Amino acid sequence: MKKIDIAVVDYGMGNLRSVSKALEHVAPSKNVLVTSNPVAIANAERVVFPGQGAMPDCIRELDARGLREAVIHAAKIKPFLGICIGLQMLFEHSEEGDSAGLGVFKGNVKRFAAVDMHDANGEKLKVPHMGWNQVYQSQHKQTPPHALWQGIEDGARFYYVHSYYVVPEDDDITSGYSEYPSRFTSAIAKDNLFAVQFHPEKSANAGLQMLSNFVNWLP
Amino acid sequence: MLAKRIIPCLDVTNGRVVKGVNFLELRDAGDPVEIAKRYDEQGADELTFLDITASSDDRGLLLHIIEEVASQVFIPLTVGGGVREVEDVRRLLNAGADKVSINTTAVLNPKMVQDAAARFGSQCIVVAIDAKKVDNQPFEWEVFTHGGRKATGLDAVKWAEYMVSLGAGELLITSMDRDGTKIGFNNPLNHAISEAVDVPIIASGGAGNLQHLVDGVKIGGADAVLAASIFHYGEYTVQQAKEYMKINGIEVRL
Repeated sequence: MKKIDIAVVDYGMGNLRSVSKALEHVAPSKNVLVTSNPVAIANAERVVFPGQGAMPDCIRELDARGLREAVIHAAKIKPFLGICIGLQMLFEHSEEGDSAGLGVFKGNVKRFAAVDMHDANGEKLKVPHMGWNQVYQSQHKQTPPHALWQGIEDGARFYYVHSYYVVPEDDDITSGYSEYPSRFTSAIAKDNLFAVQFHPEKSANAGLQMLSNFVNWLP
Repeated sequence: MLAKRIIPCLDVTNGRVVKGVNFLELRDAGDPVEIAKRYDEQGADELTFLDITASSDDRGLLLHIIEEVASQVFIPLTVGGGVREVEDVRRLLNAGADKVSINTTAVLNPKMVQDAAARFGSQCIVVAIDAKKVDNQPFEWEVFTHGGRKATGLDAVKWAEYMVSLGAGELLITSMDRDGTKIGFNNPLNHAISEAVDVPIIASGGAGNLQHLVDGVKIGGADAVLAASIFHYGEYTVQQAKEYMKINGIEVRL
């Protein structure tokens, strides 16, 4: 098997083309493979775990392809980037469909209230939280900042589209947060793992910088 | 704080970007890939491509354009026009679209919206509503289909609520009275829909200057504003539009 630099986990939910295109753009010399083969995931140097749609469906499809163990194992030992539902699935439980997650981290996934949410100008806030919001980098006892924030301004805008957000039990894993209207965790970091609620593959220069940081990251 | 979005719209036919007035009199505005790259460099928050080709022969051409754009431009891409079945949605997403906009088919077969949202998630299903002010109905704005030619008898505000209940994650509201006129968005229409639903709405049809974009957000309650001609012919750049919105107190991504 040809050496796999980056495996993008494909479990049949949504469009992974944007993720792989963006990785190929920042790392033209790397072999990026979109795969649903657990062996390829085990052999890859790095793993990207994206996700779209509803979390219960994502978990079901992941299991249907026998990918659960491969993902959990990769999350523990190799450079790993979770995106959107790929962040949410790492937790124990989601309010979405009252479903169990992979339980890599303790904590829950909750829904934005939708009713009576207003911004600082008193305007009604919509759900899903869709568009470009500022992401603030938590220092969380880490100096210098995490490798994946290198070259990215604190408060840079990233593109979001989601109705649910993670609430980690251990706030020390929070590496970035946004406000809508309350503060919520939008990036987590632990050892070899980094996961974000926003879409770096759709976040123009800031997002491409983060993907480039991931490709070169040596945790 | 979440930024209000500016979305340049590219009407595509025969592989070229065109712009018409009230859906007629098409003028050539350039190559879609080049235009998409230019808007991305100017700071566009998203791009919308509307396939206004009537024949299905040219659909393959649009898929190819989307593939090209998606490998060079890393912001969200919405594609609409002639989306008739769930399979069309899949093809567009696979080509690199992030969201697919459904218009006439939503009226003819609302279940298709529900099926597409269930299969791909609400985040990628945009329902486009073409509305016109009417005085022969018990409501103010009526939904039209087939590029504005066919009245449906549907109340645009009620229709918006119904589409969201079926899984639409965003609504693109085009005022047929305003489209191509450059006299400003239909703010009362947009405001009525924005208040009625929880999902984001995109105002479309009528933007002729930068103040119209500001009014679309401040008066119309839009979460995003879509415009074509003010950007295509170089009257304003997206950057200028954002700077103008910012000095008018609107949160934007600069």
